[in-house]
Amino acid sequence: MPDDTQSATQLERGRPVTDKELMRRADWIRLQTVDLVQQAGLGHYSSLFSCAEIFATLYYHSLRLRPDQPRWDNRDRFLLGKGHVATGLWPVLADLGFYPRDWLKQFGKVGSPLNDHPNMRLAPGIDFSSGSLGHNMSVGTGMALAGRLSGLDYRTFVLTGDGELQEGQVWEAAMAASHYKLGNLVAIVDANGFSGSGPTSQAMNIEPLGTRFEAFGWTVREIDGHDIAVVRDTLDTLPDPASEQPVVIIARTRKGHGVEFMEKQPQAWHLGLLNPEQYADVVAEITARMQLSSGGTTPRTPREVTK
Amino acid sequence: MTTPAPKMVDVFSDIERETAAVSNPAGFAVTELAAANPKIVTLTADLSNTLAEFTERFPERYIELGIAETNSVSLASGLAACGYVPYIFSMAPFGVLKTAEQLRTDADYNHLPVRMVGRLAGLAMGYFGTSHYAVEDIAIARTLNNTTVVAPADANSAIALIHATADLPGPVYIRMAEAADKVYDEVPAYEHGKWPQLRHGGDITLIGHGMGVGLAAAAAEVLFEHHSIEADVFDAAYLRPFDEEALVATARKTGKVLTIEDHSIVGGLSTIVAETAGRRGLVVGLAQCALPAEDLEVGVPAELYEFYGLTVDGVVARALELAKG
Repeated sequence: MPDDTQSATQLERGRPVTDKELMRRADWIRLQTVDLVQQAGLGHYSSLFSCAEIFATLYYHSLRLRPDQPRWDNRDRFLLGKGHVATGLWPVLADLGFYPRDWLKQFGKVGSPLNDHPNMRLAPGIDFSSGSLGHNMSVGTGMALAGRLSGLDYRTFVLTGDGELQEGQVWEAAMAASHYKLGNLVAIVDANGFSGSGPTSQAMNIEPLGTRFEAFGWTVREIDGHDIAVVRDTLDTLPDPASEQPVVIIARTRKGHGVEFMEKQPQAWHLGLLNPEQYADVVAEITARMQLSSGGTTPRTPREVTK
Repeated sequence: MTTPAPKMVDVFSDIERETAAVSNPAGFAVTELAAANPKIVTLTADLSNTLAEFTERFPERYIELGIAETNSVSLASGLAACGYVPYIFSMAPFGVLKTAEQLRTDADYNHLPVRMVGRLAGLAMGYFGTSHYAVEDIAIARTLNNTTVVAPADANSAIALIHATADLPGPVYIRMAEAADKVYDEVPAYEHGKWPQLRHGGDITLIGHGMGVGLAAAAAEVLFEHHSIEADVFDAAYLRPFDEEALVATARKTGKVLTIEDHSIVGGLSTIVAETAGRRGLVVGLAQCALPAEDLEVGVPAELYEFYGLTVDGVVARALELAKG
């Protein structure tokens, strides 16, 4: 069993960081992802770009972790329901010290612990494997129940896509989570409005999401998933893990956010590979924004959320 | 590795033990294990009646999940990833067939100690219709690389196998047939992956799992008494891993192997034997008492067993054909 001794590198909840640093971190995640996909030859772009701010805020501000003890009992859990954006997690986990940065060079190669989808047996820092959509909400409910049974105060976060909510198993889990009063469970919906082949609403309508979760007994927070201040504030003000209602954060996002031509054609960049010219454009666009924000100017006004 | 005889923990009175061990061996065995291991939890998809003994003693470790098998398996995997050992009690057709992908992707691929107790497997729910049959479950479960598959021959065998598999690091599927006649007077000691030999003879080999073990033993008696045919009889309690060495040795000795199972002829014990014979180059005659790979009839179990030859007479008849062949 993982030990309870003090860790040299324990990351506490609510670590101090500025909004600008988090914004730059989100763009750094985008850039790193673009490079990893370029190296591997194929990958998921736009679905990762919609949740880059969420990744940045969770890993650089909110989650309680011990990179030197990845299986520590009382760490906050993070489950990537939409496993196809694991590429964006690999540089983050390396940066936090879960494994050497060298591992990134093997990304996507046969024998590498880091692949397009996450595997808990291979990569330190991955709390559960994913890839088959709809499973991780159930897994997270099990982890939250385990927290209750063992009297630990960790939180379990599950990031799902909005298309993933079409899976019936998600709602079996949603029912169980409220039935067992799991206030230590937090689902974050990356509601970017698209699944692999087009708009989510055209494939199968899932709205109104807030009302649906509310009817299942969840506390609902609906936010702009690209507004760092709002994302951070939402995570800072979560109910105590001992509370009795699971929480869902419906993050309204844009698939492809942060790269103009991907925002315009999000489904075209669900899975793909940039050609050298596109790659240069993407790097230039993101880098320019990062430089601007280091200069102290607000890089981008968060847009209004349409409910 | 030899499994020690189950350690009896004092959570049952003698009378309770006698009753529960016979009427609900799986619930009884898991309750005993839970008394010694605080990490054991039980989950059911609306089968709480099979866990009365457990819920009386450990209500805080019992998790009802309603009629939601897929959620149960993934949720159990989450518990297992946090150090718990979850036993899911489910009806076999729903617990294994409906959840095949959750068992594979969440439990098996991640090497997690999730236990699926599949009740009423085979044709045990015959009267209710083919939706309630679990006759493809072994075929599915035994392709999962990290999962142990066991099929108890009777109540004592179920208790023994649940104890014997309790500490395995990966998933376990315990296939409860529950229509079986008594085979073991006492709780037997199983060795991981080994098939106990119930009878020794050189003319023919009879191998069964679940209810097939009792049938094999009874048929062997008839073959000896009335036909002077002496049979090797094995309890194929482990279907993955299975006892390849015992199988090869007996096939070489008798040259004739009859498999007996309330499972499809595709993918279960019959297939295991045929695959092994082919792979190991055995010159052996094979026959099967199993369910045909076609639409099955509906009826009360006893009549269905009669219809499909899963009776002592049916096994004897098939054994005589094979012996003459």
